[in-house]
Amino acid sequence: MMWYFLMSDSFTFGAFLISYGTIRFSQNYWPAPSFVFNTFPGAGETNLPLAFVSLMTFILIMSSVTMVLAVHEGHHGNRKGVVKWMAWTILGGLCFLGCQAWEWNHLITGEHATLIDGKIELIGQSMRHNPWGMEVADHAAVLDALRNSSHETLVKLVHEHNHSAAEGQLNALSNDRLIGMLNSENLRVHLPGPVAFGGYFFGITGFHGFHVFSGVIINVIMLIMAQTGVFERRGHYLMIEKAGLYWHFVDLVWVFVFLCFYLV
Amino acid sequence: MEHGVTEVTIHHEPSSSTKRIWKVFWILLIITMVELGLGLSLYALDLPEGLRMHLIKGTIIILSLAKAYYIVSVFMHLGDEIRNMIMTIVVPLMLFIWFILAFLGDGSSYRNLRNKYDPYYKERTTTGGGAKPDSIATKPGGKD
Repeated sequence: MMWYFLMSDSFTFGAFLISYGTIRFSQNYWPAPSFVFNTFPGAGETNLPLAFVSLMTFILIMSSVTMVLAVHEGHHGNRKGVVKWMAWTILGGLCFLGCQAWEWNHLITGEHATLIDGKIELIGQSMRHNPWGMEVADHAAVLDALRNSSHETLVKLVHEHNHSAAEGQLNALSNDRLIGMLNSENLRVHLPGPVAFGGYFFGITGFHGFHVFSGVIINVIMLIMAQTGVFERRGHYLMIEKAGLYWHFVDLVWVFVFLCFYLV
Repeated sequence: MEHGVTEVTIHHEPSSSTKRIWKVFWILLIITMVELGLGLSLYALDLPEGLRMHLIKGTIIILSLAKAYYIVSVFMHLGDEIRNMIMTIVVPLMLFIWFILAFLGDGSSYRNLRNKYDPYYKERTTTGGGAKPDSIATKPGGKD
């Protein structure tokens, strides 16, 4: 029965990903993944395209391997082996969820200079806003927009360019002085990108993350049952095998989420 | 899931060693690295939309399908099940072929229609940098 559940679940994920593809195909412009996902925890503003998501992929593949090893030990009725590999699998799942939490947080709280309604606003990726549209090449337009922007935005922009200036000091300066400190040639301002990006990204990776989360819960239950000898008394470790199927499915879905959102 | 009834389909010979598992792990890892390399080359080369870009993306998609095959057949042991069982899983999945072709075709036809009948939309979404901020301000972003 597990297989039929997984088949139906793959249709759910497939439908999500295909509707994402439909919207993406209907747009003239779509943000490039290596531009959107280019940060790594602790690396600040360094441009590291796709590095973090590669780590996440590696963690998930690795936890899939430890799961197979747990199933393998189960075939031989080796309780200790099962417990050991299940524990590693759970750890891998938790690491993955932690990575995803960091990534979401980074996307939502990010501040990217975006040209909205003729002024520059610092926004992150959310369900309603996408800061990754086309870059504004017209410097005169950027300068115009800077004149319309709020004092707070200008202070942040100057602070970002020049870390030696304290925000308190900058606060006291007039808008014109602040604009003078900015080099509009260097300032990279983008138009708002397709709004649907946020909904699809958070929706699909969230749905996948929820699968990882429930997989971790199932694995914890399996670990406890194996530890207390439930399977030993039952004489077989088939439950581990079924939990394993679910876990591999989660890995399998990630292969396609990774493909659709990060690679192409 | 399991109520004391063992499912016949799930029984198979336990593999004797973990060698095969590790071999598949290395295959998956290498495929992922190649995919990443290709993904980054798209970024580094900054290719225009065209044949070469589609070739690279196509290669990435084929590699992902290879990964899916390895996960399903070795890690999930579907390759060891009886043939009829495999068929009941795989045949319904064939629906995806139609699903993908039809809906991606739908998306691109929508784009073509919009570009054809709304030149202002086309100008606004393809020439980005040149657009005046005022004109962007008056019309809020594309509704999707």
